[in-house]
Amino acid sequence: MTVSLAQFLIVAAILFTLGVAGVILNRKNIIVVLMSVELILLSVNLNLVAFSAFLSDLTGQIFALFILTVAAAEAAIGLAILVAYYRNRGSIAVDDINMMKG
Amino acid sequence: MNIAAWFFYLFSAMMIGAAFMVISARNPVHAVLFLILAFFNAAGLFLLLGAEFLAMILVVVYVGAVAVLFLFVVMMLDVDFTELKQGFLQYLPAGGLIGLVVLIEVAFVVGAWTIGPVSIANVTTPMPPGMTNTMALGRVLYTQYVYLFQAAGLILLTAMIGAIVLTLRHKAGVKRQNVAIQNARTPAEAVEVRKVASRQGI
Repeated sequence: MTVSLAQFLIVAAILFTLGVAGVILNRKNIIVVLMSVELILLSVNLNLVAFSAFLSDLTGQIFALFILTVAAAEAAIGLAILVAYYRNRGSIAVDDINMMKG
Repeated sequence: MNIAAWFFYLFSAMMIGAAFMVISARNPVHAVLFLILAFFNAAGLFLLLGAEFLAMILVVVYVGAVAVLFLFVVMMLDVDFTELKQGFLQYLPAGGLIGLVVLIEVAFVVGAWTIGPVSIANVTTPMPPGMTNTMALGRVLYTQYVYLFQAAGLILLTAMIGAIVLTLRHKAGVKRQNVAIQNARTPAEAVEVRKVASRQGI
């Protein structure tokens, strides 16, 4: 393969940065925050698969599979909480989430 | 430049562009669609790396399930998203700064890093030659990582039960079927025999 490992790592790093910036920039919109978390998890998966391919070790791909599982569960639970919250309050603004005064 | 490198640049550029649009799109529906595009290009990158099974799983699970779930929630909740978007410019300097710092840190890590010879010698599950990616993954997943595999199944079960418990609600005033009451009915209470006089009715 002519593409080096460092190039994959750089792409994953840019994706991770975009995800972190998305969490901060869209602080008021929790749906986009959840999507940014998905981007971060995707960049981690890309790192694991790249290392797995270049070291020819299957463990990285197994771990990527588990991360995929946990990410899917996290998205489902997060969106379910969001729907339940919207039914109770009629809004999903992050600033309104202060019922517990934490 | 050969074709693999060309496709690498194509997929990477489109994935990063789509990820940028995810965090900057005004309409959340567009953000979800760009997320789908980013996942498709990530699947292309996985294919370039020889991880066919993960690429297909990424398309099936993310595009088929997670992204559709996002789309469903975005469209179901009747929220004024322009109001939610207002803080974007306010957070732009802080967000850009933090993003830049994280990027520089990660670039330092990537720049000053090499694979040690010990870690190459310590490969625990080498890819068997002459075997497809899916078959090799299955051989490792169902033997060496079988307990983690079961734990992943338990996590999914918990997530499923949690999502159902969180969102299921019974509306008051809607008639529901009660099988126990139906089965407990006897002919004596269900049927009444009456004598009807001729030409009079009941």
